[in-house]
This record gives sequence, structure tokens and C-alpha cells, in this order.
Amino acid sequence: MNRIVPVDWMVALRFLKEGRMQTLFILGGIAIGVAVIVFMSAMLAGLEQNFIKRVLTSQAHIQLLPPDQVARPLRFASGIHADPIIQRPSQRIRSVDQWQKVTDAARSMEEVAVVSPNASGSALLTRGDASRSVSMTGVVPETYFLVVRLPDYIVDGQPRLTSEDILIGTDLARDIGAVVGDKVNVTAASGARRTLTITGLLDFGNKGANMRAAFVALRTAQSLIGMVGGVTSIDVTVRDIYAAETVAQRIAAEHPVQADSWIKTNAQFFSAMRAQIATNTLIRVFVGLSVAFGIAAVLIVSVIQRSKDIGILRAMGARRGQLMRVFLIQGGLLGFAGSLIGAAMGLGALVYWHSIARQADGKELFPLVLDASLVASAAVMATAVGVLAAAMPAVRAARLDPVVAIRG
Amino acid sequence: MADEIIRLEGVTKSYNIGMTSETEVLHGIDLTINRGDFVALMGPSGSGKSTLLNIIGLLDKPTSGRLAIHGQDTGTLDDAAVTRLRGHTIGFVFQYHMLISAFTAAENVMMPVLVDKGHSSAAIEAKARSLLDQVGLSAVADNLAPNMSGGQQQRVAIARALAMDPDLVLADEPTGNLDSKSADDVFELMRRVNATGGASFLIVTHNLALAQRCDRIVEVVDGRIKA
Repeated sequence: MNRIVPVDWMVALRFLKEGRMQTLFILGGIAIGVAVIVFMSAMLAGLEQNFIKRVLTSQAHIQLLPPDQVARPLRFASGIHADPIIQRPSQRIRSVDQWQKVTDAARSMEEVAVVSPNASGSALLTRGDASRSVSMTGVVPETYFLVVRLPDYIVDGQPRLTSEDILIGTDLARDIGAVVGDKVNVTAASGARRTLTITGLLDFGNKGANMRAAFVALRTAQSLIGMVGGVTSIDVTVRDIYAAETVAQRIAAEHPVQADSWIKTNAQFFSAMRAQIATNTLIRVFVGLSVAFGIAAVLIVSVIQRSKDIGILRAMGARRGQLMRVFLIQGGLLGFAGSLIGAAMGLGALVYWHSIARQADGKELFPLVLDASLVASAAVMATAVGVLAAAMPAVRAARLDPVVAIRG
Repeated sequence: MADEIIRLEGVTKSYNIGMTSETEVLHGIDLTINRGDFVALMGPSGSGKSTLLNIIGLLDKPTSGRLAIHGQDTGTLDDAAVTRLRGHTIGFVFQYHMLISAFTAAENVMMPVLVDKGHSSAAIEAKARSLLDQVGLSAVADNLAPNMSGGQQQRVAIARALAMDPDLVLADEPTGNLDSKSADDVFELMRRVNATGGASFLIVTHNLALAQRCDRIVEVVDGRIKA
């Protein structure tokens, strides 16, 4: 006999061992419940992480833009307009007001990681007889590459952007029959024109983007769109992506800019995510409840089956607290062991599902996220559920009258 | 008075108190058990023997009257104190041996000490094995309880009752479920323990022959001790 194990633990373990069929069945029940929770949580976490990674490496967390121009109608008196129809004015391309000051202020914020000003507009790309309209973005490569990982999308050439260079999408290059090193003419809407060298081809994994994307140096874009010294937007990345909206609101409150966070611009994704999380939580709660009821049922039966043993232990001097602990320990142990088996089953199923579930192009459907904290939290939760579920049987065992128990 | 273990004075026990079905099963019991006593408790079924045994064993409380153990009135003690006093003073042997089936013979014998101390030790194990040796069961010390014969299990139960060096062992028909040979062995074992300066015994039995081999016979009839 182990001399370190306290007697209540020893009795609990022996009771579980002796009723091994009961123990195995309830362990199976707990394990399946935990496996479902672990599998679902890990898959959802993978999908969420995948989406966030995709969104956040291809766009800024916050984009600062000049505020919309609005018509200010005359008023006769408070609330009465001169003309009931107010036409929205056309939005001409304007620079962000005092953009250097805004950039410096954003950069000085603790939550902000990178700030990168851009000048963008539409332009026409011409090579020989072919011409295509493109969405041209003028960037500061040193900072912009930290916001959008353009070098990761380069499939040919290099991510170099001097004032004479241009990076374009692969489909655009194919359309105009250009390769890396070729020269192309870029004509802006203002009529300004430059000849630039293609230094790299980009593949965003999206045909629309590949057909229209063109990146040039900030100064080149500024001169092309006729906005020398101005920028059309400022891209900001933050350290905590979920704090983006708060940071955006702070910037908008302090400066004359419109600040759009990725949370706002991807609202639909967020509501879908919230719905999924709510469903997942609901499933967790119900699975947790069914596990709790299972443990409680098995232990109540065990208290009835063991009433003679409980009576004997009481007659031999066992205190009520000791007997309570015997059953609480059993509940906790069942929850803990069941959660470990369940976590292994859930993660095994996840790895298998990950290996067979593929997108149409053969890429993985979701990234495999094996998070140790998920297993740890499942174990803690299941143990707690086990102890709670054991509370009622434990109290029942402790209250058993030894005379009645021994008589059977 | 120094060697008095148990004193009952005017002990009554009623069930269903306050209801129309209220029944008094013990009516004013006076009984004293002294150190070294080997007492048989006899009486027909339903006479109140087991109730009396449960009251003496602190498993049940008298409705009125006084139960003193070593001169200490037990009526004022709370549940924890009663449990402790029971564990340290009284050992039990039940009719159906009542070993815990999940444990070996040695572990069953150790159990009263384990619940008192909290965990095992070399001394506790050694004592359990020595007690099993005394009852002649060294060979089956590591057998699980269900893997022993009825007589062996009852001898383990006696060893267990002695584990805390109790002053008094209460035995409720310890031989009632055994064949005559095993019954004789078990009775002799109890006699030997008693004679070698161990515990006093109060044995409930229906067997007159065995009762006559005790030092004293207390007969309970209709909830009263027959003079």
C-alpha cells in the first residue's frame, strides 16, 4: 500500500477500480463529451486564425482617410432646411489634412505598431497596344511591407520599389504581355505620365486583385496623381488586433480624419464569428451538463451500492468530511481522466479531419491549431464539473446513518 | 470504578417519536461493562439487542437515559467527538463480517487506523500483519476480502476490530453465519484475545452453548434486561 496517498484518495481510487465497468462507461461518456468540445473549439480557432491571418496580412488594421465631404444646407431655423433634398457632393481625391502630424501622433501611440502613409488613385497601364486600368498605390516600402506583406506575395522578381519601379499583379502582367524587367507606361487620371520598370510580380490568390493591383513608390504616385506632398490614406497596424476599433476611435477623436478599423470593415465576418462562438458555447454548456448528469448518476448509484462500506467506515471512525471527500475525489478524477482521454480523441479526430478535408485547390481547409491551453482548460473545466456533480452524492454519503447503512 | 468502560443508566429508545406509530423498544436499561468482561447478550429476535448494541457502540443515540464511556457522558458530544470516541474506544464485529471488498485482508485491518491517522505508515502495516498473525491469517493477508472463506473473513473482522486497541469489542452474532467448526474457532479466538489482556467483549448470540462459555450472560426480553 502506498504510504503517501491519503486514505480518502486511496478509498476513492479503490472504489473506482473495483467498479471498473461503471468507471469505464462513465469515462467513455465524459471523453466523448470533451472530445466534441475540443474538436469544435480547435477547428473554430483554426478557422478564425486563418481568416484573421488572411485579412490582416493583406490590409491595414486601421485606415485613416480624409473625412467625407458633406453638403451644408442653409437653415431658416433649427431643424428646418432651405431645401429638403440634399445632394451628396462628389468625393474628389484629397489629401489627409496635416498627414505628417497625424502620422507622428499615431506612431507615438503605445498600441500602434506601424504607420504607413499611402497615395493611391486609378491609372492606366500601357505597354505597346495593350492597356489596362489599374488601382495604383504609392507606398513607403519600409513601412508598408510591414502592414501588407507584399514580399510574401512576390512570385517573380523582387520587392524593390525605387521611384522608377512598379510591382504588378500576375494576371495584369499576363494581360499586357510583360515580364519582370520590362518597362510600362503609367498614365494617371490627371494626365501625368511616367515610364516605370516592373521589378516584381504579385500573386494574391485572387484574380480580381491580380488583374488590378499596382504598387509604386509614394513619391512616384504623388507626382502622378497630382498630389505632391499629400497622401490619400494612412495605414496603421496595432499590437492587439482586437483593440483596433478603440484605437481607431481615439485617433478619429483627436484628428480630422475618418478612421476605419478592420473590425468595422469586416463587420459581417464578426457577426458570423459571434454566431459561431455563441453556438459553440451553447454546445459546450449542454455537453458539460450531460457530462455532469452522467457523473452524478454514476456516483449516486455508487453511494447506494457502497452504503454498507460507508456504514462500516463510519463505524470504524471515518468522519463525515472524509466520506464526502471520497466521492468528491471520485467525481474530480473521473472528470480529469475523462477530459485527458477526450482531449486526445478530439485532437486525434482534428488531425484526421485536417488531413482529409481539403479546399478545391488542394489547400488545407483550416490550419491545424493544437493549443495546449485548450487541453488544460478542458481538463480544469471537466475536473470542476466532476467535483460539482459529485457534491450531491457526496453529501448523501456523508449523511448516511451508519445503523441503516450497515443493516442495508 | 477505575475499570468501568461502559455504564448505561435508564436508557430508553423510541422510534417514530411524536407519531401515532411511536414505539419504545428499550425501556430503562441499566448495564455496566468493566475491563476484562466477556459478556454474552441474548434474547429473542426483536427484543432490542441490536438497538442496545448500536447505542453502546455510539452508532445510535438513546431517547432518554445516560450512556457514559469511561465515566464521560456521551449525550453532550457532537458528531465529530462521538466519531472520534467510537473509533478509539470501540471495535465492531458484524454478523456478515462486513469487510470492504475493494481492499485486501491487511488493508481492511488497517482501515480504522488509516481513517484516524489519514495515511498509511510502516508501523500501521506491521501492526495489521501482526494482528492477522494472531488470528492465524498471515498467509492470506494480501488476498482481497471476497477471495476468503466466511470463517477467514470473520477472523479478519476480529483483527480489524482490534486494530485501534479498543477497550470494548461489540460483536453482533459473529458466529451466526458460520459452520460450527468455524464458529468455534472464531469464538475461541475472541476468548483468547480477551484472556491475554486485550479488549472486553460484548457478544450478541442466539447460541446458548456459546453464551454459556462467556463470563456473564445478559438477557434482553421485550426491551428490558431480565434479572
